Amino acid sequence: MNLALRDIRHNRARFALTTLGIGLLLMIVMGMGGIYRGLIAEATLLVDRIGADLWLVQASTRGPFAEISRVAGNLEDRARAVPGVASARRFVSHTVQREHRGRPLRIVVQGLSWPEDRGDWLPLIAGRPLRQAHYEMVADRSLGLALGEQVRLGKDVYRVVGLTQGMVGSGGDGLGFFSVADAQAIQFDEPPEATRLERAARFDRVVANDLGRVQPLLADRSAGTSANIPAFGQPLVSAVMVTVKPGANPAAVADTFRRWPDVTVYSTAAQKDLLLSGMVDKARRQLGLFRVLLVIISTIIMALIIYTLTLDKLHDLAMLKLMGARNRVLAGLILQQSLLIGALGYALAWWLGQYAFPRFPRLVVIQTPDLIALAGIVLGISVLASLLGIWKAMRVEPNKVLAT
Amino acid sequence: MNASTPNRVAAVAAERLTKVYGSGNTEVVAMNDVSLQVQRGEVVALLGPSGAGKSTLLTALGLVNPPTRGRIAIGGQPVLDGDQPLTDLRAFRRQHLGFVFQKANLIPFLTAVENVQVALEINEVTPRQARRRALELLDYLGVAERAGNLPEALSGGQQQRVAVARALANDPSLILADEPTAALDSHRGRQVMELFCRVAHERGAAVIVVTHDHRALDVFDRTFEMEDGRLRPGHSA
Ligand SMILES: Nc1ncnc2c1ncn2[C@@H]1O[C@H](COP(=O)(O)OP(=O)(O)OP(=O)(O)O)[C@@H](O)[C@H]1O
Ligand SMILES: [Mg+2]
Repeated sequence: MNLALRDIRHNRARFALTTLGIGLLLMIVMGMGGIYRGLIAEATLLVDRIGADLWLVQASTRGPFAEISRVAGNLEDRARAVPGVASARRFVSHTVQREHRGRPLRIVVQGLSWPEDRGDWLPLIAGRPLRQAHYEMVADRSLGLALGEQVRLGKDVYRVVGLTQGMVGSGGDGLGFFSVADAQAIQFDEPPEATRLERAARFDRVVANDLGRVQPLLADRSAGTSANIPAFGQPLVSAVMVTVKPGANPAAVADTFRRWPDVTVYSTAAQKDLLLSGMVDKARRQLGLFRVLLVIISTIIMALIIYTLTLDKLHDLAMLKLMGARNRVLAGLILQQSLLIGALGYALAWWLGQYAFPRFPRLVVIQTPDLIALAGIVLGISVLASLLGIWKAMRVEPNKVLAT
Repeated sequence: MNASTPNRVAAVAAERLTKVYGSGNTEVVAMNDVSLQVQRGEVVALLGPSGAGKSTLLTALGLVNPPTRGRIAIGGQPVLDGDQPLTDLRAFRRQHLGFVFQKANLIPFLTAVENVQVALEINEVTPRQARRRALELLDYLGVAERAGNLPEALSGGQQQRVAVARALANDPSLILADEPTAALDSHRGRQVMELFCRVAHERGAAVIVVTHDHRALDVFDRTFEMEDGRLRPGHSA
């Protein structure tokens, strides 16, 4: 006859509530672990998915994710000339927060190096990659945009042609993919007045020096659009991504770039390292610490619950002792209940998590090794929590039966 | 039943038991130089005013409240010398002793039959055998039809009979009952007392009953009276 189950059967409601409480607590522990994993996954997602071997960034910066990096757009062409390089793409990325349908819309604007890169590598769940150089975008589902929806960003309107899932930046905001030119248009969008003022200032600068005075035509050109001035370079980009030809040695290619004084080169692994050791490091440690605290708190709460359950049964335990029950009968009763509450709580946490975690605003990643580890921890918590109750049960005098 | 038959081993033999509670100013001598022998098959009443030390003697014999001085042997086996156990007292309790108290003290989350069954199972009886024997006992005590009920659904008298069944479960050589009828009406009280006699006579157990109920004294083989921790044979025996 199992005393633990008999007691539970008799106090069903109480055990159900207790298990529910423990289950919710464990769900938070589980979720905290998932948020921790999600943070890491989101931080490194883009670096992983974009499929570059090497990253060329502004000299001596840790960009483009961990800090700002600015390199000339034509670095792309220089990189392509290096032996062993299969492709080089411009990387343009910045976050905008605009109003859309009366709600704030945060997009990580991601430039695709048109025409080489049309986003064929994107994990699309609907629609298609970009098909024209302008006014199209592929949006992540988390942005809440529908296929075919039109979004005004800056002076232009972009149509959502494709949807991805789970493509978010390190801050958890959804990615929007545009051609690089569009991405820059969004980034450098300035009002007409600013453009007029800039042109006027440019004209003044030119006519103020001898070049403008001896060549009036030059002064004229300077007052026009900047794209028509050959002396002006293309707008800057954040970085250039390089893929290495199959069979070529990435380290050797990287060595070539390392000799260029205007850039710093990182491998994809190094780029991920920068992200994890720098940008998300504190958040990661914070979550890790919080998780440890939660485990400790769960242990204490569970120990108190088991202890109170034991206190309530103290008279019965004394009676069993008086009748000559062995210590292992009493300890078994308490330990089994503790394990059962732990196990049911864990199952409940897992089950609730299936529903709750996908609804969290940021990615929650529940991995099997983490689940197994947590199961181990819950087992440990249950055993530890029962110790206090068992200790109390061992100390109760059989005489106590007579006291009441 | 003759207590002085020399060739029989006493069910319980207590020799010069003294129990002192507390020390210094708060010292209470609850039991003073008490000696007692009860044979198997014998039913003995323990009378006396409140605070006389009856429960102290009973719990000492029950091996849950060791005396300060004196020796106790049960079924011929020495078990306590002063407060020093001479054997595993808990194992001894489950194999040889049965307890009944003023309150039934049934385990609230076990049904009537389970309450009896648990006493057998902690004594290594297989669950199936334990159940069969528990049902037999409940039948013997006339509460078989309530076997599946939780204690809260039983009347006081029914609870007490289940408690008696539990005390009898392991065929104890000594049954100790502390005011088992105090919570019952006199009719039910008498029934329980007669039950003890039947158990003692049919099963050969020794029974010691603490009671205040002088009307039921005729069922006992002997009576003892306690006063101020001292034990003397009662007059109505
Ligand atoms: N645990 C204890 N600590 C100190 N004194 C105690 C303790 N238990 C009993 N006593 C004292 O020992 C004396 C005998 O108590 P006991 O319980 O044996 O009396 P009793 O004859 O059973 O009384 P009643 O008929 O009221 O049950 C009393 O004076 C009591 O106060
Ligand atoms: Mg008493």
